[in-house]
Amino acid sequence: MLPAPITAWFDRRGWSVRRHQREMLAAAADGVHALLVAPTGSGKTLAGFLPSLAALAEAPHDGLHTLYVSPLKALAVDVQRNLLTPIAEMGLDIAVETRTGDTPSDRKKRQRERPPQILLTTPESLALLLSYPDSAGMIAGVKSLIVDEIHALGTTKRGDQLSLAMSRLQALSPGMRRVGLSATIADPEAWAGWLAPDADAGIVRIVHGDPGAEPVIEVLIPEDRIPWAGHNGRWAARAVMQRIAGARLTIVFVNTRAVAELVFRDLWAENDDSLPIGIHHGSLSPEARRKVEAAMASGRLRAIVATSSLDLGIDWGDVDLVIQMGAPKGASRLIQRTGRANHRLDAPSRAIVVPGNRFEYLESVAAQDAVRDGELDADAFRAGGVDVLAQHVVACAAAAPFHADTLFAEVRSAASYAGLTRAEFDRTLEFVATGGYSLKAYERFARLKLDGDGRWRLTHPKLAAQHRLNSGTIVEAVQMNIVFGNRRGGRRFGQVEEWFGGQLRVGDSFMFAGQVLEVTGFEGPDIYVRLGRGDPKVPTYVGGRMPLSTNLAARVRGLFNAPERWAEMPGDVREWLEIQARRSRLPGHDDLLVETFEESGRWYMVAYGFAGRNAHQTLGMLLTQRMAKAGLGPLGFVGTDYVVAVWSLERVRHPAPLFSPDVFEDELADWLAASPFLRRAFREVAIIGGLIDRQLPGTHKTGKQMSVSSDLIYDTLCRHEPGHLLLTAAWTDARTKLTDIERLAGLLDLAQRKLVLVELDRVSPLAVPVLLEVGRESVPGAADSQLLIEAEALAAVAMGA
Amino acid sequence: MAVSLSFAGETLVPLPCGALHWPARATLFVADLHFEKASSFARGGRFLPPYDSIDTLAALIEALRRTRARQVVCLGDSFHDRGGPARLPARARAALTLLTASLDWLWITGNHDDEAAAALGGRVLAEARIGPLTLRHEAVPGCREPELSGHFHPKLTVQTRGRRIVRRCFALSDSKLVLPAYGSMTGGLCVTDLAFTAALGPRREAVFVEGERLLRFPVAGQVAA
Repeated sequence: MLPAPITAWFDRRGWSVRRHQREMLAAAADGVHALLVAPTGSGKTLAGFLPSLAALAEAPHDGLHTLYVSPLKALAVDVQRNLLTPIAEMGLDIAVETRTGDTPSDRKKRQRERPPQILLTTPESLALLLSYPDSAGMIAGVKSLIVDEIHALGTTKRGDQLSLAMSRLQALSPGMRRVGLSATIADPEAWAGWLAPDADAGIVRIVHGDPGAEPVIEVLIPEDRIPWAGHNGRWAARAVMQRIAGARLTIVFVNTRAVAELVFRDLWAENDDSLPIGIHHGSLSPEARRKVEAAMASGRLRAIVATSSLDLGIDWGDVDLVIQMGAPKGASRLIQRTGRANHRLDAPSRAIVVPGNRFEYLESVAAQDAVRDGELDADAFRAGGVDVLAQHVVACAAAAPFHADTLFAEVRSAASYAGLTRAEFDRTLEFVATGGYSLKAYERFARLKLDGDGRWRLTHPKLAAQHRLNSGTIVEAVQMNIVFGNRRGGRRFGQVEEWFGGQLRVGDSFMFAGQVLEVTGFEGPDIYVRLGRGDPKVPTYVGGRMPLSTNLAARVRGLFNAPERWAEMPGDVREWLEIQARRSRLPGHDDLLVETFEESGRWYMVAYGFAGRNAHQTLGMLLTQRMAKAGLGPLGFVGTDYVVAVWSLERVRHPAPLFSPDVFEDELADWLAASPFLRRAFREVAIIGGLIDRQLPGTHKTGKQMSVSSDLIYDTLCRHEPGHLLLTAAWTDARTKLTDIERLAGLLDLAQRKLVLVELDRVSPLAVPVLLEVGRESVPGAADSQLLIEAEALAAVAMGA
Repeated sequence: MAVSLSFAGETLVPLPCGALHWPARATLFVADLHFEKASSFARGGRFLPPYDSIDTLAALIEALRRTRARQVVCLGDSFHDRGGPARLPARARAALTLLTASLDWLWITGNHDDEAAAALGGRVLAEARIGPLTLRHEAVPGCREPELSGHFHPKLTVQTRGRRIVRRCFALSDSKLVLPAYGSMTGGLCVTDLAFTAALGPRREAVFVEGERLLRFPVAGQVAA
């Protein structure tokens, strides 16, 4: 079945073609779409390419044969290495090139005129490519599209963009075969649907790779003790350092960038042997990241502290241990992270989970169980955003004039937009053409106009250029640059979010890239720094924290109700559960335990919802609003992944009405409208939808007062056009992504059926962690005006830049 | 009950909307109206909501109604670009023409606009002087005469009790008063920025009206990096 040079190559290496690789070849021979689901280290990428290599070895193909899309820019570079080596060793004459944001524009142009046979790219660069008029000819003969790490793309806006691009490609090259490569996922059928034209899972052949060796996952509890509070396992730094010393190369995964800085410092403090340790996260400058990656690849590092910036399949270095600091939040994520250790199928990957507190201990055990049982977290597919669609419409117009009917049919064939109505499509088209306002002010500036043939046509070529500058679906919070040195010769170090940068004053120090930096001045978006010392602040970043998965939540509930498992737990945890069972109650499999008690002169109500952080925080808002109306004098609340706690002047005697699902939607709408969530969501859709320009690195020095604030646009739209397309889009995003409405609705429903109230005379053991939780929210009572007057009265005013 | 500040021996009243009232002369100052900013962006393919001129004008009319000022001085950048006056929606044009005809109206030119605003009535000057006050668009560093200007769009960010509150403000030094941008869709520059140090010197205050009170925040001088 394979051409001689490839068979010879397998033989020379002493390998045989694996079953799933053969099945992928068969799918290609049968001309059907295919989805390969296989664990890391199973030769997945090669399996994806093998049919293309075989075809190209047998029959020379003039022009682009295979397009490969991966979510990571660095990954495309990496695969080039892993693909070029086999090609060279097989002695095949196949041209392979990459196309990413780093590719020089003259090479990109040349690629459109004389394409390689295999092109490796990202969803963003692919979308850009499709916006060029001459891309159609390049794409016309494409035989296959390979989407790698499909599980990391599908449920995001990058996925929306890729879904649309796939439809475009299919229209340009109807015979093109789609191939998806995925890590182990809960529902391959659903992903086959996402990959398929017209979301038709039936026409995709699903190929399963052989399961690898069972991963070995350990929950690390040094000295059998575990703290009451905390989320990052920093307390175990010494033990973690010992494990690092015992391994060749360790990735220490943390859940946020802020924790990366802290853990890095803690490990360094315990690093008696001065082992080389690096740090890697998304706010470091690209150069800094490349440096750390190179050090890792060449074996100069023993450990690297990393966030999800290293989550995807990076093959650099010989990682043999993964340590997860803090609870993993989901079984799928733990498996994928564990897979980073040992890219060989026959040897087990080793991972250690270091829980931050007692709840997290239970969560870690639950994750361990879930991994053992092969129970993965289901992916939440969502309908594609109209903001991404608007961007796509401009890209299509930039490439060629189009008929609305044709484009609508094409868009609907993308899985993410299968449910799009013609009315929504037409509104999006109108938004792109003239802004979509009921006041028709911009007809004369229209971006799209109908030509004599009834086709929509871009009115000016500069609009295509503008589109290409602003294209993409990843929108970061407003950033400030950290510049090391002074205005004359500063070096850019990385970025912090504006709200954090705005809190800093000259003389303040903060941690970044594992160093303490002192602020020497501000100018526009730049923060000038030098090396500092003392007690530094730690930059934190909005969002990015993944809530506890529904799966693990159910398993944690299960552990409460399985006393036979308690014997295997550390003494601390066992005792905690036993006393809870005696003094109060343990949360059941399917109930809502609510405790009330007095502590330090306040009345507390703690509800054990296990619905995840976002849902609990939203619930906290809702509860305090309702308590205020009921005259209970709420003072504040805090939500964690497991519980929400509210404190007030009066005791809650009848919690059920507070959890009522009635008018919940209205109250939520009021609250969301006033919350920063909606404004943040609006900024994202406004940038993706092309209402405002993205701030490009280096261009925003021209004067911030000249840019347009998305908040001002948001306020204007709320006043004049409350039904505007982008406001609707922002609502949809805020509701699903930021507040987890579905889980919250489920929780309210549960409260109506099975609320168990326990009135206590003191705090219960299970409630202690939440009382020690940081990040409490006070009930908005004091208006901004009062706060400002108070602030003026204080001699020391905290000024922002 | 209005709140006032003393500047160049005169009593000036900052308004919550960002205008400055001079009761002794029945004069209202506003800076950086940036009329037709939205349509200026629309020309470039960014369709900002086409309501900025109407909103800005509504706020200005309200301030005139409250103060009963008879003279209006716009301190430059009244239009976002030179083509702005021609793009003004009919309703806004009619209102503005009526205002310039019934009041003593002075357009000071800025870096965004020029004499084109004269088409709507009123006088146009690059600089002017009323009583002890020099009026210009952009503060001249080192100028010792009491000066009112705009251009910088001053704003203040206050972080307190975990909240981050941003307000448009007046920037005040011994001899200079910079008005906040009045336009409904204008952004701002924090008064701590080095640009203000260059224009006003290191010692300055951020001043704005909150409710019934005039709040004054001293700005710590920042050493140039």
